[in-house]
Amino acid sequence: MTSARERTLSYVILLAFAAFALYPLVTVVDLAFSADVSGQATGGFANLGDAWVQGRFGTYLRSSLIVSVVTVLLATFLSIMSGYAFGTMRFAGQTLLFYTILLGIMVPTEVIVVPLYFDLRSLGLTDTYAALILPQVAQSVAFGTFWMRAYFLSSSRDVVEAARLDGAGHWQTLWRILAPIGRPAIVTLTLLTFMWTWNEFLIPLVMVTSENLRTAPLGLAFFQGQYTSGVALLAAGAVIVALPVVILYLFLQRHFIQGIVEGSTRG
Amino acid sequence: MSAAELSTATVEAAAQRPRRRAARRGAPPGEPRRVAYLYIAPALLVYAAFLLYPLGRALVLSLYEWDGLTLGSWAGLSNYHQILTDDRLRSSFLHTAVLVVFFALIPTAVGLTLAAIVARARVRGLAFFRTVIFLPQIVAMVVVAVTWRQIYAPDGPVNDLLRLVGLDGLTRGWLGDFTFALPAVGVVGTWVATGLCFVLFLAGTGKIPRELYDAARVDGAGAVREFATVTLPALRNEIVVALTLTVIAALRTFDLVYVTTSGGPGNATSVPSYEVYRRAFQIGEVGSAAAIGVTLTVIILAVNLVIARIGDRA
Repeated sequence: MTSARERTLSYVILLAFAAFALYPLVTVVDLAFSADVSGQATGGFANLGDAWVQGRFGTYLRSSLIVSVVTVLLATFLSIMSGYAFGTMRFAGQTLLFYTILLGIMVPTEVIVVPLYFDLRSLGLTDTYAALILPQVAQSVAFGTFWMRAYFLSSSRDVVEAARLDGAGHWQTLWRILAPIGRPAIVTLTLLTFMWTWNEFLIPLVMVTSENLRTAPLGLAFFQGQYTSGVALLAAGAVIVALPVVILYLFLQRHFIQGIVEGSTRG
Repeated sequence: MSAAELSTATVEAAAQRPRRRAARRGAPPGEPRRVAYLYIAPALLVYAAFLLYPLGRALVLSLYEWDGLTLGSWAGLSNYHQILTDDRLRSSFLHTAVLVVFFALIPTAVGLTLAAIVARARVRGLAFFRTVIFLPQIVAMVVVAVTWRQIYAPDGPVNDLLRLVGLDGLTRGWLGDFTFALPAVGVVGTWVATGLCFVLFLAGTGKIPRELYDAARVDGAGAVREFATVTLPALRNEIVVALTLTVIAALRTFDLVYVTTSGGPGNATSVPSYEVYRRAFQIGEVGSAAAIGVTLTVIILAVNLVIARIGDRA
């Protein structure tokens, strides 16, 4: 057993770092509810309402929601299918194809966003939801395929055999048997993809100029440019942008933490 | 963090694939099926069109001088040569080295310390500490940046604290200071990355058999020796993963710099990702931007390989 003095020291260190992690967030929440000297913000929940209307965060949130939900649905569906093929079937070129997709996990957004912008512009596709969604689907299926393949590799062969004896084809085996059993893995993938898409900044920054298409983080960055004096409303905007993911995290944190840990150490 | 950062460590996982396949050959194998191509096709199509193709296009663009509007002209490798000779560009890569200390080395050290404490003392309320310390990881980087701008502001909490303890002479607008802006951005990275390292190491220590600690104690090992002989060796894999992820996060810093400093003051906090953006979309040097992006990609791939190698050898 460790000594009482060591135990105390342990808690002090842990508490210090917990405080370090929380302090900036508490500060911004506190600012978000404060009144402004300039009179722009009245304080309390009214600030959130003001940011929602004046800062147009209602619009930004709607755009973020559309982009995130469509990206998550598309990417998850495609990833389940390709992960299924890589995890349970054998075919020529399998290793090469898998490595090719794995490459996508490492390629930084910075390098693809430049040609993507100019090519989409010449097709007249910038400033559309497609320009926001499709590149993020491409990035997400790289990780998603890797993630789902790991699940299908670990899935029980017996279950698959039994399904086949019952006359289920590969399509039914996937959607009636393996996908339902793999719900935890799929939920985790969904949450991680949602978080990454919601928080993405560079792609929306480059791809859209129309205010109606601005996602929440992009809206916040522009809002900061406009309201240099109105710190309270800016903080309120920051809270609005962060809140959806934070709420998901607080309720489903096991998925987030386990997903990140397993996603990076699995193998 | 992003998917790109997250499972870069997976190259290692993939490297183990041939072995695993060989082992499975005796057991009922994955069925040989051509229908597999149909399952993969939709994902591969989107992936090829919106990731692989642009990657190839970036390679081509990097060999041209192009302003994004008029006709480009062949430039050979001059855009790459410029990375080595242009002061502003060179320093943007050097700044990344400073950020690696704050984004990767410090969080890894702190994460190890915290995980070792937990492994040794059987702390109560572990779930609380984990939730809170990991929290910065899931907050959008733009929100993080807006938040820390307030903290570093001339009338913000950092300066308030300095005045409180009578160090008025040290107060400044931290993000506007030529000397301190880069470390100030770095500290934000430390704040974000520590939680990631902590949970990775926590997962690792959870797998260490308690008997190892008991044995170390029977041998009379103190906290430090116990850490060096039991915890540290057991966490080798997790350390490799944590370093890979955080070094790459440092290399890819964009949102944070864009929102807090825009690379300033001067170019004191300019980083490669920011230079990509500035050149491609603000000053019309698309070829140069592409070359920086390609270089960044190559460095990231190399970091993956090098850190994985070091991990294998250790």
